[in-house]
Amino acid sequence: MRDMKQSLFEISENKQIALNTYRMKLRGEGPEAVRPGQFVNVKLQPFFLRRPISVCDVNEDELTLIYKAVGEGTKAMSKLKDGTLDLLTGLGNGYDLSRSGERPLLIGGGVGVPPLYLLAKELRKQEKHVQVILGFNKKDEIFMEKEFKDLGCKVIVTTADGSYGIKGFVSDAMKDFEYSYFYSCGPMPMLKAVDKTAKSEGEFSFEERMGCGFGACMGCSIKVKDGYKRVCKEGPVFERKEILWED
Amino acid sequence: MGRLSVSLAGLELDNPIIPASGTFGYGYEFAELYDIDILGSLAFKTTTLNKRYGNPTPRIAETASGMLNAIGLQNPGVDKVIEEELPKLRNCFHKPIVANISGFSVEEYKEVARRLNGQEQIGLFEVNVSCPNVSGGGIHFGNDPALAKEVTAAVKSVSDKPVFIKLSPNVTDIVAIAKACQEGGADGLSLINTLIGMRIDLKKRAPVIANVTGGLSGPAIFPVALRMVYQVSRAVDIPVIGIGGIGSARDVIEMMLAGASAVEVGAANFADPFICKKIIEELPVVMDELGIENIRDIIGGCK
Repeated sequence: MRDMKQSLFEISENKQIALNTYRMKLRGEGPEAVRPGQFVNVKLQPFFLRRPISVCDVNEDELTLIYKAVGEGTKAMSKLKDGTLDLLTGLGNGYDLSRSGERPLLIGGGVGVPPLYLLAKELRKQEKHVQVILGFNKKDEIFMEKEFKDLGCKVIVTTADGSYGIKGFVSDAMKDFEYSYFYSCGPMPMLKAVDKTAKSEGEFSFEERMGCGFGACMGCSIKVKDGYKRVCKEGPVFERKEILWED
Repeated sequence: MGRLSVSLAGLELDNPIIPASGTFGYGYEFAELYDIDILGSLAFKTTTLNKRYGNPTPRIAETASGMLNAIGLQNPGVDKVIEEELPKLRNCFHKPIVANISGFSVEEYKEVARRLNGQEQIGLFEVNVSCPNVSGGGIHFGNDPALAKEVTAAVKSVSDKPVFIKLSPNVTDIVAIAKACQEGGADGLSLINTLIGMRIDLKKRAPVIANVTGGLSGPAIFPVALRMVYQVSRAVDIPVIGIGGIGSARDVIEMMLAGASAVEVGAANFADPFICKKIIEELPVVMDELGIENIRDIIGGCK
């Protein structure tokens, strides 16, 4: 919570970039402190609870969020054209960049892709050889392929139906990579498949329904090897070796 | 005494604002956000004899103007609370705190209170006989006047501090339970805990919350809480802490007019972690507007 701040951000862009997927750009104070893998908690009217959304990119006073309109809250968010949003920023632990090694592999599925962008950007600044696998269900869901390539990453896209890139899942594509460490974010079945396939240590970013997003409510506790941890506070990123996978 | 000061069974508070149990951890987490010494007091997360992991997830569901939770009294257990949590809180909060405790038997309630009784930080006990999310504990003791009285008397027998009983709204007659607690020797009452509810995921055709049901909190329950505080405070001679859906200085004044001597702010902390600070800053302004000199003068002032 050391990093947490509450501030008002101005919406400068809110645009559909793929099927049910939107990119929102916000301007305000404080995003410079955001680390890759952290999230913000967005207050949307008339909803009582905030919506946790991972941070895709940060540039000086601009914050980029990419989100999927799936529930009532994110659907309402997708309709916002301008105005201000009340955000809690700097939430969660974020990825540990120090463990990447020279050839990290970033594995993202669907709406789990966005936080890997800021991670890739930071790793590229350190001149790491960044390799990326982006998994989607079908072609019209794909986003950010070009952006990762523009960073100088090696990018492979998989689609479950084979309508673009390699047909199959990210875990199928992983087999062809050599990597020093991995970072992943995506839906639970994907994370489990990554765990089964991975040949190195790595980190997983988890999702859970949250009450507060900053460690107060205990709503998002998950069981790990040494007890329970809060996805919002000790997570959302967990090390491979501490995770207990449930069936 | 400042114009916001109130008294709870002999315990003087600088102001009536207390973050509610289960919404503020053990306090020190919020000290990273603002100086929590501005609070009247704070109620720490319900503490039980043994460590509890709580319920499976999802534990949270949203509702219109509120939320459901079924955390299941996750806490590190009383000994760890004394060894680890209270010392951390001592560094950032220098006022007496509300020790919220629960148990799965009368003996367990008594034992938790006995172990905490020597802690100087504790200003009063708040005995949770109203958690709707655990089986065999909590609410089991708050639904029956005889059991509620027995728990009250048991905790009183080992406590040198005022004992407040936190009541459930999930009863036919909350006044009967309140009176039983008073007969058992309670020094005060806290009400209300959450209302039992549920949500169903339309696609999965299954409950949203893994525990099936959860406790409803937030602005949605404010009128229910207000009504119960009004009824109970008129039926007993002990102070009442009003809890349920409070999110503004106006809510605080309304709850105190209904009969509350102080209030606890719960789910609002999740939507806005700075809400207690904002309410404390807003109170004098709203009091000026309404011509209230001292907030204690309005307790039970609803005509």
